[in-house]
Amino acid sequence: MNNSPYFRQPASVQSVMLRVLLALLPGIAAYVWFFGAGILVQIALASITALAAEAAMLKLRGKPLMMFLGDGSALVTAWLIALTFPSIAPWWLTVLGTLLAIVVAKHLYGGLGQNPFNPAMVAFALMIVAYPLLMSQWPRVDATDFAVQWEAIFGNRQVLDAMTMATPLDALRTVLRDPEQRAMIGGVLGTKATFGNVGGKGWEWIAAGYFLGGLYLLQQRIITWHMPAAFLATLFVISGAFALHDPERFAGPGFQLFTGGAMLAAFFIVTDPVSGATTPKGKLIFAAGAAVLTWIIRTFGAYPDGIAFAVLLMNIAAPLIDMYTQPPVFGHKIKGDDPK
Amino acid sequence: MTALQRLFKFHGGVKPAYNKEASTGLPIAVAPTSTRLVIPLHQSIGGMPRPMVAAGERVLKGQRIGGADGNVSSAVHASTSGTVVAVEMRLMPHTSGLSALCVVIEPDGRDEWIPRQPFDFRSATPTQTRDYLRDAGVVGLGGAVFPSYLKLNPGKQGKLDTLVLNGAECEPFITCDDLLMRERAATILDGAAIMREMLAAGQVLIGIEDNKPEAIAAMEIAARAANAAAREDAFKVVSVPTRYPAGGAKQLMRVLTGIEVPHGKRSTDYGLQCFNVGTAYAIYEAIALGQPLISRIVTVAGNVGKARNYEVLLGTPMRDIIALCGPLPDSDRVIMGGPMMGLLMPDDSVPVVKAANCVLVGSKKLFPPPPPEMPCIRCGECAKACPSDLQPFEMYWFSRAKIFGKAQEYNLFDCIECGCCAYVCPSRIPLVDYYRFAKSEIWARETEKEAADVARERYEFRLLREEREKQEKAAKLAAKTAAGREKAAVALAEAEKPAVTPEQDAKKALIAAALERARAQKEQAHPENVSNLTPEQQAEIAAIEARRAEIREMAKPHLRQDD
Ligand code: SF4
Ligand code: SF4
Repeated sequence: MNNSPYFRQPASVQSVMLRVLLALLPGIAAYVWFFGAGILVQIALASITALAAEAAMLKLRGKPLMMFLGDGSALVTAWLIALTFPSIAPWWLTVLGTLLAIVVAKHLYGGLGQNPFNPAMVAFALMIVAYPLLMSQWPRVDATDFAVQWEAIFGNRQVLDAMTMATPLDALRTVLRDPEQRAMIGGVLGTKATFGNVGGKGWEWIAAGYFLGGLYLLQQRIITWHMPAAFLATLFVISGAFALHDPERFAGPGFQLFTGGAMLAAFFIVTDPVSGATTPKGKLIFAAGAAVLTWIIRTFGAYPDGIAFAVLLMNIAAPLIDMYTQPPVFGHKIKGDDPK
Repeated sequence: MTALQRLFKFHGGVKPAYNKEASTGLPIAVAPTSTRLVIPLHQSIGGMPRPMVAAGERVLKGQRIGGADGNVSSAVHASTSGTVVAVEMRLMPHTSGLSALCVVIEPDGRDEWIPRQPFDFRSATPTQTRDYLRDAGVVGLGGAVFPSYLKLNPGKQGKLDTLVLNGAECEPFITCDDLLMRERAATILDGAAIMREMLAAGQVLIGIEDNKPEAIAAMEIAARAANAAAREDAFKVVSVPTRYPAGGAKQLMRVLTGIEVPHGKRSTDYGLQCFNVGTAYAIYEAIALGQPLISRIVTVAGNVGKARNYEVLLGTPMRDIIALCGPLPDSDRVIMGGPMMGLLMPDDSVPVVKAANCVLVGSKKLFPPPPPEMPCIRCGECAKACPSDLQPFEMYWFSRAKIFGKAQEYNLFDCIECGCCAYVCPSRIPLVDYYRFAKSEIWARETEKEAADVARERYEFRLLREEREKQEKAAKLAAKTAAGREKAAVALAEAEKPAVTPEQDAKKALIAAALERARAQKEQAHPENVSNLTPEQQAEIAAIEARRAEIREMAKPHLRQDD
């Protein structure tokens, strides 16, 4: 017999996770449109691996299988991994990354709700350190042939040369590394700041898809505005300030927001409640911190996109941020005189 | 006069399905007198009243059968005339399944009153009035059953700005206040006028959730009359947004005045006091009619054919009033109170008491057991819903890990156990159970620590005494031997200040210092929450203590899922 309250709102972890997956669909659709269906193969690979790993770990840990397997959290991790890895990465790269995410980053820390680090970002960080080359082979925007992508994923890497290209972030970094070429930054990024040209062809449509999904999550009250707003605004302000200061050396805010995983991060990654900050003020600090670190790593670091490292670093700080940003409790925020 | 009142919001809250229509279709009915009334002596927060009658004695309706005991306590009375057949331990209307001393009365059917006369509070001293109300057994009828006489005190300033009448009634299913306001609005305001006078209060704000338009209309008419009688615009009916727990006293005071009364502070210090509308009605009956509290309006609802409100004599077995409403065959439990905060009854034989605003019949269909508990995903839903602005998941985490100090740092004791957090949690964690458990553990440890402190102090005092006795002995000895050799005068001088050898002095100082240190330490170690307790807090402690047994059991049930 249960105790009060005797009835509950019919929400569940499962319904939350399913809505997150649903919110990813517009971005995925844009992805398929511009870069081919390879991404769907990756999503399938990651999903199957994640569910299998989750099941195995639950069994090992003696937890009820169906209840946890059905919660959808492993699928969310899997999809985020697939979406942050190159869509023509060899199959084992995705599988390995997913395994690490589920087994090490999630279950070795105690499973659902206990992981201090965002599992998808752990996978990304480990893989880009271990296989920097494989992790930076992205398909060309016009090489959408599914058969070729399938081949690339499952073995024949020779087909790759014809179909990969540097992502805009990659190109930018190459240019920035080479002082002689700096004058060309405008050439790399395109001079016309029209939509479709801001963050690299195709990418900003995907970003727009994520944005749409993010709005859905906001409307469903699954996330609050704090994280996305703080992340995007901080990235905007900091890149804008530096671009104004020296447009030859620093990419502008339009580019920063619409390229790489910025939009995905703003709505789906920094907002991960388990590993992030939870107080309203804490969320602002957490997301702003992640944005600053992202920009720094993108601009000065060794890796093209710094989101994964930025998020992981902020994960470490999350408990501290929460501790120092506790909102005042009812009755503890009276203005003016406390009566004797 | 209606609400051109500025309203304030409280954070959080939820909107559960209200289910109030079922019991508002019919007027309040008087429940028939049962063949046996079982009247628990302990019906309010605070000390346990002592029995004033014995088996075999004849009692009259309204006769005091239990006398208030101690600072926080309230009397109880025979609800009808008849014979006391027993004064014995009976099952309490409480989840714990514990028994308590009850007076069992066999009614004689004559319903013969004690002599009644109004109490002239205007010519009585405040103390006399409070004693009178204590002996009339008037307690808060919103469910918290705090003795009213303790709250009818204007506090340090000697007057209040605002008297708040709580007609919000935010829990689903419960409509007893709604019906009372619809049918007896004028009497409620007569009671409120008495309270206003006793509290020297300025305005009277009557907060009613906007899902009770009939009650609002009735109270407005009564307020107009009351304003005319007082020849000022003191009484205001304010419709407040429907959102649980708008009827929490602190939430309602915040909504109506913007003032947040902190936990452990008296609202009178902020110029406020809040009473349930049913309490105002009871005050009127006690003061103006000389009738102690012997009955109350009870909503019978839930898994019954015809839900309704009844005026029920205290001590009536719950099953008797449930029977009036046609319980459905799949009924499997009885809850006293609403579905958000109500208490599960050990069975349906327990009596209606002053706290019973609602007798809610449950079934598996109506209140399905929650699906299995999942781990917390820190989604923050609970924090969004918490009307006390707490971080429920942090308190849950630390309560579960038994790190109670940390749970307290997250202001565990500001939790009003409203259940909003558990209601919204997608992981279906029975959060409130964890808080109840943690609170009870903390109180238990405090009690143990206090006992240990007392023991240590006693021990230190004994050391001190032994030391003193040793010195006295030594002094006597010295005096004796000295008397043998020297003159009596010298001996006398010696005896007068024998103990003050430098060595002994130092020792004494040392002990005194140690004692002082221990006291200081104790004061520091005392968590803020338990020092300088107000009577209200002490009452809270008492209530929590009473729940301890229940909580031991509660630490498990959500894992069992056996119902
Ligand atoms: S609502 Fe439940 S799952 Fe969400 S943070 Fe609160 S306790 Fe955790
Ligand atoms: S039960 Fe306590 S913690 Fe939960 S919502 Fe109510 S006040 Fe907040």
